[in-house]
Amino acid sequence: MKPRILPLGDSAMLVQWGNEMDFKVNRRIHALAQLIEASPFSGIVETVPAYAALLVHYDPLIVSFAQVKDFLREKLAQAEAAAIRTPRRIEVPVRYGGEAGMDLEAVAHHLHLTVEEVIRLHSGRTYTVFMMGFTPGFPYMGKLDDALVMPRLATPRTCVRAGTVAIAGAQTGIYPLDSPGGWHLIGWTPLTLFDPRAESPFLFAPGDEVKFVEEKSA
Amino acid sequence: MSLEILEVNGLATIQDAGRTGWRKFGVPASGPMDWFAFRAANRLAGNDLNAAALEIGMGGIVLRALRDCVIAVAGVGYSLSVYIWDFPLWSSYYVRGGWTVRLDKLDSGMWAYLAVSGGVQTPPVLGSASTYLRGPFGGFDGRRLQTGDVLKCGAPSRPLTDLAARTLPAEARPAYSDTPTLDVIMGPQDKYFTDESTAAFLAHDYTVSPTSDRMGCRLEGPALTHRGGTELLSEGMTMGAIQVPAGGQPIIMMADCPTTGGYPKIGTVISADLPLLAQCVPGRSKIRFRRTTVAKAQKKYREMMSKLERIVEE
Repeated sequence: MKPRILPLGDSAMLVQWGNEMDFKVNRRIHALAQLIEASPFSGIVETVPAYAALLVHYDPLIVSFAQVKDFLREKLAQAEAAAIRTPRRIEVPVRYGGEAGMDLEAVAHHLHLTVEEVIRLHSGRTYTVFMMGFTPGFPYMGKLDDALVMPRLATPRTCVRAGTVAIAGAQTGIYPLDSPGGWHLIGWTPLTLFDPRAESPFLFAPGDEVKFVEEKSA
Repeated sequence: MSLEILEVNGLATIQDAGRTGWRKFGVPASGPMDWFAFRAANRLAGNDLNAAALEIGMGGIVLRALRDCVIAVAGVGYSLSVYIWDFPLWSSYYVRGGWTVRLDKLDSGMWAYLAVSGGVQTPPVLGSASTYLRGPFGGFDGRRLQTGDVLKCGAPSRPLTDLAARTLPAEARPAYSDTPTLDVIMGPQDKYFTDESTAAFLAHDYTVSPTSDRMGCRLEGPALTHRGGTELLSEGMTMGAIQVPAGGQPIIMMADCPTTGGYPKIGTVISADLPLLAQCVPGRSKIRFRRTTVAKAQKKYREMMSKLERIVEE
């Protein structure tokens, strides 16, 4: 499937593969982003990978739209052939339920599952960080087991605690900062996802693989 | 070299040109709302174009220079006084240690930029001095400036007497207006809207809503109708992008906008016209959109950048 290259204003362009949450497409996006990062091109500022599109920010004082487009076409051809770098795999300890994971029982009830089944299904597979966004360090991960798919809250909460593990649609995520949130809260991890002053400020990067491991409370 | 904040009535933060390189992790670019006035103030004060400066909005500020320095103020909607004199914006002034600098909000415009010779010095966070209040990080401890804060300033690039009494003439400034026409590059999802909606978008006035802030400029006007879905898979976006949620009222992404979004984007306001939008007054300014091309937009942007070089000695 060939992506389209479209302008987003005068200083960004979008390489877009469609509107599906698809592992193959997403892997190509990370491969393209990594290839661009590994072959610096003057005027390209940065890229933002998402589910099915890569946004490329550029400086129009340095390069033209046509030059960036040609460069991206060339990299796209290489990305087809390039083997993607083996994803990092990160284990995330989770305490399911409790005060932070306050929706766990309601989720089980809504899905006609037991709490144990929800935990088993959620921690039972490895997820891909499709993209990051919403707040600094928030990973959009998927896909959930079909049995765990449910719509987001009708009314978002005004404050969700940092470290809270949540689900919505076919996705799961972790809130890196205290922030508003419309997802169902099912657990909490003690890991720090974002520390702006640390040498490596982010726990996750787009394209990472993530496994949740249940941590029984003492 | 330093400045002490004596009084703040509005939203005053430290901003540099913005935080790049971290958007893939979800970190917004932040930076100034009006990039032209920000850069003009820095240029007038003899600084790098991306040096950290004060962004002042929605109210006034009073500062005291603790040493001799040169300050430059650019923007719209403020009156400036230094010591006992009233001065126009878009110029640089010699300020003696102990003198006060006062910016009062007027009835028009939104943002003013106060640059000091040598730039405001603040420890960079993720490579930038820009304040991101929702983080909170960057700038002055990630927060808005308050009475009693003391800002450190760097060394001036030239002797202060060379930097003072310079101005950017009116003809080199953007044509700020309460009824600006903003050029837009249509897409990437303009086809998500009915033809009638696209026509209405380009033909009618939109009022800037009072709920607008540094994150987004909400508009009130003809509602736009989606052909099919009202949401798409989240994808990257940028300042100027015009998202249209299910309600049909457009929201233009501004400096603190999220890095990604899931609503269709009918178009993007061009860089050259973002300053006009930034200075629109919520509840009053009426804007109109006009279609343009990438090539024309980039030419206009380059021309605007070259206007920053037209500083004259008074």
